[in-house]
Amino acid sequence: MTAFDHISRRGFLSLLGALPLAACGRSESVQESAAAEEGPAYGDTLVQASIGDISGLIPNITSDSASHEIGGLIYANLIRTDKELRPEGELAERWDISKDEMTITFYMRHGVKWHDGEDVTAEDVDFTFRYMIDPKTPTAYGEPFRQVRRAEVVDRYTYRVTYEKPYAPALLSWGLWILPRHILEPAWKAGVDLRTTRQNRFPVGSGPYRFGEWKTGEKIVVEANPDYFEGRPYLRRVVYRVIPDQSTIFLELKARNIDLASLTPIQYRRQTEFPAFLKVFHRYQYLSNSYAYLGFNLLDARFQDKRVRQAMAHAINKQEIIEGVLLGLGRPAVGPYKPGTWWYKDDVKTFPFDPERAKALLAEAGWRRARADGILEKDGKPFSFTIRTNQGNAVRQQTAEIIQRRLRAVGIDAKIHIVEWAAFINTFIRKKDFEAIILGWGLGLDPDQYEIWHSSQTGPEELNHISYKNPKVDELLEAGRRTFNQEKRTAIYGEMQEVLAEDQPVIFLYVPDALPVVSARVRGIEPAPAGIMYNFIKWYVPSALQRYTR
Amino acid sequence: MLAYLIRRVLITIPLLLGILCLSFLMLKLAPGEPTIIQQDLQARATGAQRETLRQLYGLDKPIYVQFGRWLWRVVRLDFGRSYSPDGRPVLEKIAERIPITLGLNLLETVIIFSLAVPLGILSATRQYSVFDKATTVFVFVGFATPDFWLALLVMILFGVQLGWLPISGLRSLNFEYLSFGAQVWDLAAHLVLPLLVASVGGLAGLSRYMRGSMLEVIRQDYMRTARAKGLAESVVVYKHGVRNAVLPVVTLLGLMLPGLLGGAVIIETVFAIPGMGQLFYQSAFSRDEPVLMALIVIGASLSLFGNIAADVSYALVDPRIRVAKRREV
Repeated sequence: MTAFDHISRRGFLSLLGALPLAACGRSESVQESAAAEEGPAYGDTLVQASIGDISGLIPNITSDSASHEIGGLIYANLIRTDKELRPEGELAERWDISKDEMTITFYMRHGVKWHDGEDVTAEDVDFTFRYMIDPKTPTAYGEPFRQVRRAEVVDRYTYRVTYEKPYAPALLSWGLWILPRHILEPAWKAGVDLRTTRQNRFPVGSGPYRFGEWKTGEKIVVEANPDYFEGRPYLRRVVYRVIPDQSTIFLELKARNIDLASLTPIQYRRQTEFPAFLKVFHRYQYLSNSYAYLGFNLLDARFQDKRVRQAMAHAINKQEIIEGVLLGLGRPAVGPYKPGTWWYKDDVKTFPFDPERAKALLAEAGWRRARADGILEKDGKPFSFTIRTNQGNAVRQQTAEIIQRRLRAVGIDAKIHIVEWAAFINTFIRKKDFEAIILGWGLGLDPDQYEIWHSSQTGPEELNHISYKNPKVDELLEAGRRTFNQEKRTAIYGEMQEVLAEDQPVIFLYVPDALPVVSARVRGIEPAPAGIMYNFIKWYVPSALQRYTR
Repeated sequence: MLAYLIRRVLITIPLLLGILCLSFLMLKLAPGEPTIIQQDLQARATGAQRETLRQLYGLDKPIYVQFGRWLWRVVRLDFGRSYSPDGRPVLEKIAERIPITLGLNLLETVIIFSLAVPLGILSATRQYSVFDKATTVFVFVGFATPDFWLALLVMILFGVQLGWLPISGLRSLNFEYLSFGAQVWDLAAHLVLPLLVASVGGLAGLSRYMRGSMLEVIRQDYMRTARAKGLAESVVVYKHGVRNAVLPVVTLLGLMLPGLLGGAVIIETVFAIPGMGQLFYQSAFSRDEPVLMALIVIGASLSLFGNIAADVSYALVDPRIRVAKRREV
């Protein structure tokens, strides 16, 4: 679950604009319409752009999304999620969960090979597990594995893990990039930092693409793995160009030198909405896996009164923010989950835009209109606070401005303070030195949000920075973790969403849309709840439209 | 002269130490540490894990201990490993980027000098002419134009609209498959826009400098003497005038030395050129202290060295200063 501040989007890459380099193998003159639907073909290169260079090619110990994306092509996971976000096997063919829900046994596919020809076995899974729980491993993803009481290699292709207590997020935590034991274990045993090994620069994986080359600061190239156990990917090569500037990425996209990128709302609505662009690119639009919120420091007595938070929820017009800031590309959030997931409850209490109701609730909570400037006050103190958010995120800054105006209308004076990211986290969030914040959460593939809402997670290094404490929510979060039964969990998290909706510990603002754009010559893209990337190995370019012949 | 040189070099040492000490301190005082960037708000990252990282990097020690350790390693030319997850040796990361930045900046310097000097001379000898006024306007526009904005404009025009030139990067994707001639052509095409944008600002400044210097020389007595001797105007201007006027401009080269390796952050970022400027930018944003400090050491050393070089070259080429120094010693 990463905050979605650090923009890490792809653009793409390309051949020379229009230099007379006919000799270089570019067969672009064949136009899209001509050579239409002749079915899947192997070949061509898909070019993307990454705003930063990747930090390494052992994704288990990196945290930037470019490394994860490329790592995801090179390495296979034990399990993954399908297009409906349901768990499905990748290296594991299937798995059993014991009756007491404490043990998971994975049965792995036979005959899967590492890119160097060695077999992928349960020993590799075991090595990856032991590496993840090693306290010396610099990873941010080790926590779920520390809940394992016992892990055993049952036989060459069977792996079993037993937990202290039933732990529902466990299954999806095995959507873990499996590392090659035969390459890494000697170095690990010798105490070598694996980041300094060859594997981190020239990785051997078992995924659909093999590592090609990595030119620092310039590009990363991966080549289709003909022996991938689900079949050879159609696109022969994927290139990630490192382009550190968003505007440059967009220009390269417009010049058709990048095949896959993500648009901002303004690019979607204003800068790509013309026929010449729409003819050569297909745009997609679906809800992203994140939401933005206005959070309050609940250690502050003013915000502890539920009526005050509800009043602010009534005072803010979420639709106006979506129209004004996201240009309509998103939807109002009513809780901490993405609409459409199995655990999402859509009939919770909502707080429609209603300034009069907001004023009434504030009056009920003891805030009186007694000052000339119209700001409410209580015990002689005006209702005035600062909303902080991070620099470099125009959407959040504009959201703050709209909220500021709406709060002023009901007699609350909000100031805005924009802070650089690291300072924001370190100086204000960690030290709980804030009154209100606008931030977002990226969402996981499991409804468990123990770290965000549980009262035990309010320490300075922990994620419940708003210090929300509700025994009922604690109880539900604990219960939700202790069963794998989807029906029970739906009920548990449904109830939790009702409590959160009533409580408004934060004001859930909006779920923005993801706006990917892909070259129109690429076929086989089928948008689903999981987005578009889930069937990447099935994407293809009909042979007449292929652009990069080498 | 030698004594002067030795003294200059010795003075540099405490100066360099001071710069490094201050830079280190400022880096440490800035909020945030590398571990935050690596796992900001990872829901499943715990305090214990962050502590692991801090110990790994030695961030749990007091600042003076960190500085002492770092300095002791730098004295032995060990800049350590990058904090970024690639964990590569800092020197390796820097070394692979030096050729690009150096090449780009040498080209840029050559372009700037070869254009600025004649431009300055012409403006000065035709002071207040239409040419001079036009150049003045150009120069102020060039000065006032932000690099990144100009870069975007030329990218849109030549890259997107006309499609004549590549927009960003140094090479095409199929570079490896091109013939040698095509590779040279490809590289050259990629360099046109960055060099164009990078040269505009420098050209503006330097041509002004050259003009000023030339104007001063033109009024000197020896110029009048040369004319009085009956020398042709071109000989007066180019032999007696330019040689003297170009002196202060040439010493500027010494001051440009750190820039040669430092790289242009904005140009390299906008044009996606993997040089030193880009490395600095990325390291600053990821709080990659070992890389940042190494770049600061290099930059500071080059600046100090460039200053010495400028002083010395001035002393060498200008007889008046040479005499003055001798007297002083």
